[in-house]
Amino acid sequence: MRAGFRRYAIYRRATLAGAFTNTVFGVIRVSIFFAAADAAGGSVAGYDRAALSTYTWVGQGLIAVVWLFAWTSVTLRVRSGDVAIDLGRPVHPIAAWLAEDIGRAGQACLIRFIGPLLVGGLLYGLQVPTRWTTLPLFLLSAALAVVVSFGGRVLVSLIAFWLVDVRGVLTLYVLTSNVLCGLLVPVHFLPGWAQAFAYATPFPSMLQVPLDMATERYGDAESVALLAMQVGWAAVLLAVAVRVFDRGTRKLVLQGG
Amino acid sequence: MADTRVYAALLRAGMAGQATYRASFAVELVGTAMGMGLDFVEIFAVFHQVPSIAGLSFVEVVLVFAIASTGFATADLLVGQSDAVIRHVRDGTFDVVLLRPLSVLGQLAAADVQLRRLGRVSVSLLLLVVVLVQLDLDWTPARAAMAVLAPIAATVVFGALFVAAGGIAFWVVDATEVTSALTYGSAYLAQWPTGVLTPVLARFFTFVIPAAFTGYLPALALLGKPDPTGLPDWLPWASPLAAVAAAVAAWLVWRSGVRHYVGAGG
Amino acid sequence: MSEPGNTRREQEMTVEIEDLSRHFVVRRSVGRLRREKRVVRAVDGISFTVGKGECVGYIGANGAGKSTTIKMLTGILVPTSGRVRVCGLEPVRQRRELARRIGVVFGQRSQLWWDLPLAESFRLLAAIHRLPAERAAARLERCVELLDIGPFLDTPVRQLSLGQRMRGEVTAALLHSPELLLLDEPTVGLDIVSKEALRAFLAAERAETGTTILLTTHDLPDIERLSDRVVVVDGGRVVHTGTLSGLAAEAGVDRVLTVELTAPAEPLGDVPGTRLLSVEAGGLRQHLALTGSAAAAVAAVSARTELRDLTIAEPDIEDVVARLYRRAAATRSSTVD
Repeated sequence: MRAGFRRYAIYRRATLAGAFTNTVFGVIRVSIFFAAADAAGGSVAGYDRAALSTYTWVGQGLIAVVWLFAWTSVTLRVRSGDVAIDLGRPVHPIAAWLAEDIGRAGQACLIRFIGPLLVGGLLYGLQVPTRWTTLPLFLLSAALAVVVSFGGRVLVSLIAFWLVDVRGVLTLYVLTSNVLCGLLVPVHFLPGWAQAFAYATPFPSMLQVPLDMATERYGDAESVALLAMQVGWAAVLLAVAVRVFDRGTRKLVLQGG
Repeated sequence: MADTRVYAALLRAGMAGQATYRASFAVELVGTAMGMGLDFVEIFAVFHQVPSIAGLSFVEVVLVFAIASTGFATADLLVGQSDAVIRHVRDGTFDVVLLRPLSVLGQLAAADVQLRRLGRVSVSLLLLVVVLVQLDLDWTPARAAMAVLAPIAATVVFGALFVAAGGIAFWVVDATEVTSALTYGSAYLAQWPTGVLTPVLARFFTFVIPAAFTGYLPALALLGKPDPTGLPDWLPWASPLAAVAAAVAAWLVWRSGVRHYVGAGG
Repeated sequence: MSEPGNTRREQEMTVEIEDLSRHFVVRRSVGRLRREKRVVRAVDGISFTVGKGECVGYIGANGAGKSTTIKMLTGILVPTSGRVRVCGLEPVRQRRELARRIGVVFGQRSQLWWDLPLAESFRLLAAIHRLPAERAAARLERCVELLDIGPFLDTPVRQLSLGQRMRGEVTAALLHSPELLLLDEPTVGLDIVSKEALRAFLAAERAETGTTILLTTHDLPDIERLSDRVVVVDGGRVVHTGTLSGLAAEAGVDRVLTVELTAPAEPLGDVPGTRLLSVEAGGLRQHLALTGSAAAAVAAVSARTELRDLTIAEPDIEDVVARLYRRAAATRSSTVD
């Protein structure tokens, strides 16, 4: 885990630039939401201005932590054969990669989460939490979101064992996840049938849920239920990933890769 | 000019390099078209909740989106890789470009043309036509001309942003992410009415980075609507001029970048 | 000298360099906060000319400033100070026009299209230089014949060996029949056969078309075949101009011809163009310093006695330059005294 932390610390300049990008997009997005709120008479889909601002800026900050972009670490390792090294270690590769990803996420918290949040908060104002449970719920949910996101990413990456060119699949995954996780717009903006569809996937657990914690959308009981959902998805994705990985490596070994 | 035949030849060579991976190329075509779908979903989702944004209805905002998207995708197709300059400099393949009796920008554009952007270009154009028909506008000769010029002006403005980013890359090597943020951010913003931004930012993205001229203002001209933030009525019609100004500015930035490379020794 | 001095002055020089300098500022972080600035004088006030049709060898050790000079001649790099004219044009300002008149071959960098077949690169270059089809075809055919590149014309450039690629690069550089051909370390890393082929081709090309050639190298045999003159550069400064044999003589470093004879012979003390250095194995092997052409010396020796084998040891360019410096220093100190 520390290795992941250190490696990403080296790219400080890159992370600052990344934070800048998040901030720019955040400004545009919150402006659009505010215009929507104004057009709807002050609040839209259950979010008022303060909530929208919080949603946007916490969201922009979380993107890098949860990593909703393309992610090629695993596909590269499978492609190059380095995965054999991972197999030689005492820990199951999935667990090792998860630890590394958590380290990466932790590192991202420093600049890429706090950066946009600070700037956006100062410029646009944030919603002040009214309950003491909000912060712990949010932190837990965010941590779980990282794991769920990792599960999704690694599962898609494992396609590399069977497909030569994974780029198409990866692109499809990123696009779908961006829509259904609440990055573009809150899932609650979507039509009812789309919302139902979204919640049948793990994607809202990657961003929408922690953001709903941050904006205090639900009461404590419902929030805990959502946490449970996240745990459920995390467990499912990781379990499937382990199974798929084992089958993939068996295939590699059989082929003499 | 005979040079155009040369650039065409270079273009073919660049494309030959890309088309060698035909299967994944098809996937990329679809991928970029889907990327555009993402932006459309955002507009759709917002309008699922509210009837208008900054005074424009859903179809009207889609018009803004279609013009801007066409311009951006076409510019990305042509000069989208001009900040790949840095990659060339690092690989040592940039000097070769200087040794040929051709313009530097022309060579880079021809060699790195992004064919896969064709996906987004065609879908955007299609959407533009559909929206224009749907809107049943009050057509005048001026509006007809604007309908044709608007996507071209948008292409020129976004092209200028890409070229300027490339020029800056010569000066500050690590500026790529920052210039990308501004370029792609402008593209994102250009799909929406500029009025959503605070007045200061709105003016910035109109007169400093002319994002407003790539979609919103031409749309106002076509729709015959006034700007809610108080910009003069004739300004939307000046979109082509804004495009020219942007092109000139970008050219100057690019030239100074190449001069800097030659002066500093790469 | 076959040409009187004033005729040369009247003709326009193909390359004119006057007091040319190029400095680089190198910044280094010393400790945590301070940064140290150091000025590297890659080229420090060099002057020389190359006349039309001449072939000049530009020699120096690695880092002596050869490549930097070439970059300034081709317009890739702006001089810090001084004057440079190539074919009467200013390289940086008139880059595109100059590119039509010169051909450049870089040993380290390729001007060909990496992913495409070699023939495609030639086709593109013919289009870029707006060559009529027959002229391009004629030039290509000549190069194919002399450099034997026919077998791999359809191979992508990235799959070619270094020797094959260099032959392709030279063809590409000469496709548009330039006035001036610049070669920057063209034989680095090549095997002996490829080196010879390249040298022979350039000599033949020069004889037929009178192309001016400026060739940088740190490999002296490159020069022997082709050049009329050499310019030796070290530390960014010209330390010697003149002929190659003059250079060896000036530096006092000999090219040594070692002959192995079929039978012991008398010491070959009076072979024209040589100076006897030593005799081994009772006259079976003899070492002769060459003061003229190696070919002539070998011919002369074989006229006197039967040769079984021979080797020629070239002086190292570093040795030559080092000796030039020592001689110059010695001359300076003696004149001071």
